[in-house]
Amino acid sequence: MLSPRALVLRAPGTNCDHETAHAFERAGAIAKRVHVRALAAKPALLDDVQIVCIPGGFSYGDDIASGRIFALELALRMGDALHRFRDRGGLVLGICNGFQVLLQAGLLLADAAGRPRAALAHNRSGSFIDRWVRLEVRGPKCMFLTGLDAPFELPIAHGEGRFAARSAADLAAFDAAGQLVLRYTADQAGASTNPNGAAADVAGACDESGRVFGLMPHPERFIDATQHPAWSGRLEAGAAGAGLAVFANAVKAAS
Amino acid sequence: MLWEVDVSPREADADHAARALVAGAAELGIAGCTRARTVAGWLIEGEFSRADAERLAARLLADPVTESFVLGAVGDPALAAGPADLPTPLHVLPRAGVTDPAGQSAAEALALLGMKPKAVRSIRKYWLPALPQADAERLAWKLLASEAIHDVVIGPLALESLAGGRPWTFAQEVVRLEGLDDAALARLSRDRSLALSARELAAVRDHFRTLGRDPFAIELETIAQTWSEHCCHKTLSSAVDHTGPAGEARYDNLLKETVFAATRTIRARLGAQDWCVSVFRDNSGVVRFDGDHDICVKVETHNHPSAIEPYGGAATGLGGVIRDVLGTGLGARPIANLDVFCVGPPDTPAADLPPGVIHPRRLLAGVVAGVRDYGNRMGIPTIAGAVAFDPGYLCNPLVFCGTVGIMPRHSAEAAVQPGDLVVVAGGRTGRDGIHGATFSSEELTSTSESQSGGAVQIGHAIHEKTLVDFVLEAARQKLFHALTDCGAGGLSSAVGEMGAVLGATVDLDRVPLKYDGLSATEVWISEAQERMVLAVAPTDWEELARVAADEGVEATAIGTFTGSGKLLLRWEGRTAGELDCHFLHEGRPRVRLRSQHAAPPEEPARFAAAAGDLGSALLDVLALPDVASKEWIVRQYDHEVQGASVVKPLLGPGAGPADGTVIRGVLGRDRGITLGVGLRHRLGRRDPYQMAAGAIVEAIANVVAVGADPERVALLDNFCWGDTRRPESLGTLVEACRACHDVAIAFMAPFVSGKDSLNNVFAWTDAAGANREASIPPTLLATALGQLDDVRRALTPDLKRPGDRLAIVGLSRGDLAGSQLELTGRVGGGRVPEVDVAACRAVFAAVAAACRAGLLASCHDCSDGGLLTAVAEMALAGGLGAAIDLDAVPADIAAPGAARPLAVAFTETPGRFVCAVQAAAAERFAADLGRRGTPWAWIGTVQEDPVLGITAAGATTTVPVARLARAWRGERSVS
Repeated sequence: MLSPRALVLRAPGTNCDHETAHAFERAGAIAKRVHVRALAAKPALLDDVQIVCIPGGFSYGDDIASGRIFALELALRMGDALHRFRDRGGLVLGICNGFQVLLQAGLLLADAAGRPRAALAHNRSGSFIDRWVRLEVRGPKCMFLTGLDAPFELPIAHGEGRFAARSAADLAAFDAAGQLVLRYTADQAGASTNPNGAAADVAGACDESGRVFGLMPHPERFIDATQHPAWSGRLEAGAAGAGLAVFANAVKAAS
Repeated sequence: MLWEVDVSPREADADHAARALVAGAAELGIAGCTRARTVAGWLIEGEFSRADAERLAARLLADPVTESFVLGAVGDPALAAGPADLPTPLHVLPRAGVTDPAGQSAAEALALLGMKPKAVRSIRKYWLPALPQADAERLAWKLLASEAIHDVVIGPLALESLAGGRPWTFAQEVVRLEGLDDAALARLSRDRSLALSARELAAVRDHFRTLGRDPFAIELETIAQTWSEHCCHKTLSSAVDHTGPAGEARYDNLLKETVFAATRTIRARLGAQDWCVSVFRDNSGVVRFDGDHDICVKVETHNHPSAIEPYGGAATGLGGVIRDVLGTGLGARPIANLDVFCVGPPDTPAADLPPGVIHPRRLLAGVVAGVRDYGNRMGIPTIAGAVAFDPGYLCNPLVFCGTVGIMPRHSAEAAVQPGDLVVVAGGRTGRDGIHGATFSSEELTSTSESQSGGAVQIGHAIHEKTLVDFVLEAARQKLFHALTDCGAGGLSSAVGEMGAVLGATVDLDRVPLKYDGLSATEVWISEAQERMVLAVAPTDWEELARVAADEGVEATAIGTFTGSGKLLLRWEGRTAGELDCHFLHEGRPRVRLRSQHAAPPEEPARFAAAAGDLGSALLDVLALPDVASKEWIVRQYDHEVQGASVVKPLLGPGAGPADGTVIRGVLGRDRGITLGVGLRHRLGRRDPYQMAAGAIVEAIANVVAVGADPERVALLDNFCWGDTRRPESLGTLVEACRACHDVAIAFMAPFVSGKDSLNNVFAWTDAAGANREASIPPTLLATALGQLDDVRRALTPDLKRPGDRLAIVGLSRGDLAGSQLELTGRVGGGRVPEVDVAACRAVFAAVAAACRAGLLASCHDCSDGGLLTAVAEMALAGGLGAAIDLDAVPADIAAPGAARPLAVAFTETPGRFVCAVQAAAAERFAADLGRRGTPWAWIGTVQEDPVLGITAAGATTTVPVARLARAWRGERSVS
């Protein structure tokens, strides 16, 4: 069987593209890093891939708001091609800055006109935070999260990750539709690990099909036990980290 | 038309900046500012209709879900109507010519929408209650703005245009040196901020006399940049006659005969096993890593710019050292950053600050934010660092930034070929950072802030990120012969160094500018950030330009490396200046300096009568600023990006402090890289030799503690000193250099790169009208770059399992001068701890062997706060308790009766480790250490109950680990 192909889309300021491509390869995909200019010049690049991933970083500096300019560029220059890719069953994964881009570009949790119904605002603390959080999967909808039944840990690293819906009604609707698939949960001592004040503890969400998924935590930073902050003496070096499942699920779904 | 768009969060409680402003106002004692709102503002100049402006505000500037905006032409009353009860608008604008990354990004995004603005500027706007003008101004300058880079407007904005300057018209300025005596030459140097001595200017005068003319200003500036302390380390490479405690010594070149000589000796001894690749030649030091890769490392200081503008100074310091690594050999990929700050005590009363000095807390917050915003945007993990607090750094803080890079084997050598094009790539050139090299070589004064605004640069991380992406792709395709970064001295240094032998012709009018109006000299010496210079064969130019365009980077051919041995500068075809390369690089007159150092008289050791118990001493030490948790800093840095992290700066279930940190060199491979730093600043004024020796041992101990091979440690030196024109101050520098030489050879750990920052002196006039001066303590930052064969065997300090046995390796001595314990007032006087290099080397070898054999569960270096602090950190990191017996510690300590346990617990004798050993491995561990003859002992056991039990002189004290953790995290109420 042929390995599925993943396109890791980068823009100026994207900075998690290498390790994200590495995680896809470790999960069995053939991953290629492609600059957004190259894709804009040749949207047909999407025809050869089954997975598109927008990785983390500070696209265009995130100077106006995180993901804003990258999202605008996607929407204006290759929005149609991406919608076609999604509509033919392509898998789309947005991690951290990529999640911000998916929301802003109207590719995820948008209304019929493509306007965003949710956003990722500044952390409640007002500051960038790098720490580990505990997560749980809600419902079976998202195919990137299959099999992650027990709570698991991943790191977050962002300044703008507070999930906020346009209205309480929007939030209830996403929840009712089972799209708020990844939530921050309490650590073993019972303390909340919601790092940013996200509404309903949302760490990640998917579209109606479950094939477009965005999340703030970084699964590519926990594909190997040695990436965990307390691995030494507790986890077996060389064992898979919880984040690898996200990529392995994508590979399986695309195969 | 000049439009203003004000964007604010819909929810008032999402306005963090407003909360910080209100808290800051209360701290400043400004009573009337109990509420505020903040606005992200944009000024957009261009021929746009209101509908256009509405569209771009809604589409680009404001988030449709979380934000709202107000739009108007500048001057529109709608923009002057604030929220209820907050009638006063206060605007903070970047000064004309200061880099504005957000404004530039917005301008680029507007182009996507098909709109071509003339200029875009990002501003910050604050809505305040009605306040006296003086209070509003104080708020602005104390909390919101920096004089070096901002303008403040209180009340409505009245601007018509953001337009820049007009093109410069070519003109030659001749600087008359002929006929000037030494006094007049010294005056000229001062007036033009050249930082050259009268003797050096006399050499310039005499050189031009042979040419039958006086120099042009641009030529004189080029010489001043090239001969600056910053660019050529003239003090450290001087001839010195030294008198010190070890007798007289005569050096023809201090640096060459101490630090470099150590490396030469080590490489000669290693012979065929030499693992150094390129040392003290390139922008960073390069050593062998694995079969396919070399790694390189560099640490820079950015002290003076950070003292004036902490945020911009630290950010551009980091940006500069990243480019040093990128510009090594044929280009290296930056994979890790480190940062070290030395600042004044955080509790310094505001009234004690000399004029022009920024409070240490604000300064530290600023430099941390600078490193955070630049490093995080670059996607380079900031994995290591330290913060030291000392009154000696109040007026003259130190900011060190370092970067590690990785490159393919056999790409460390680069050579410019005659005929290569001079290509400048990256950001455009503006008036920012003029005279940085000469400014950093002079002392700071209370008016530096207003005088040297031009020397402060603001970074634009995304321009640097795209520059890195471009250079690495061009390197992969082998499209250039050599490269270097534009750092201090700008193009004059970069092109000057690359063309030092061949010479070059440069057409300065071709350099892309941020705005019109720069003269040829300004273009040539501007230190605008995010630029690299590449030497490109004409046949590769087209392909290189294509790669640059693909990555969105501007690359411009501005001249040719000629082979003429002359540096020819032109403007629109006319000669702007012409210098002989040999004179430029070899013509500086060498001086012979005198230095002396006498050890200060020794005071007898004193012990406070009521020292309290060991538990209270431990809680006090854990809460000291040098020792206490730096979590508030570490968590602001992305220390995991690139996915290679193995040992993090905070680790274990209790998130305790690491010694060194470890990353994989290549994803998917198990060979690792570790970084450690050593700083013994509290010894600097007492014994500069032991200060330097101790710093080096601490840096190496940090990497050995995580499992590095002690035979594969590369060192970096960063000397930060006071006024070395004084023989006594130069004397302490010579002592530190001697220590570097001796200790490096003893550990077979070569120095591979370094940097110095001298004249860290601050001059001011106090309230009584007296002239005052403050100097930093002699400070060597030692950085160790270690390697691990297999990161799966990396060690961490957190305690892991109840029942593991605890051992101390290394002998403890009782010298407490300069210790953290001294800061608690329990001891005073006495001697500083001395480094016993042979003993330390034996300890390092023993710990490394135990690690290789898989005998260790945990390992922690004893440094600040000594043994007891180390055990406390291991316990809080692991969330487990321990019982230890201080009477078992091998010690050579003469302290009297009750003081002895205190000395054993807190002495900072270099070169000791606490190891946790699984019970099953205890016998092998004991046998191996016994065979080696290294002093060591079992001192306790790990226990489930999270309590630290300390036995000394037969009595036991207990402290809950939760209490230790609270003290370390600064959560303890004062006892």
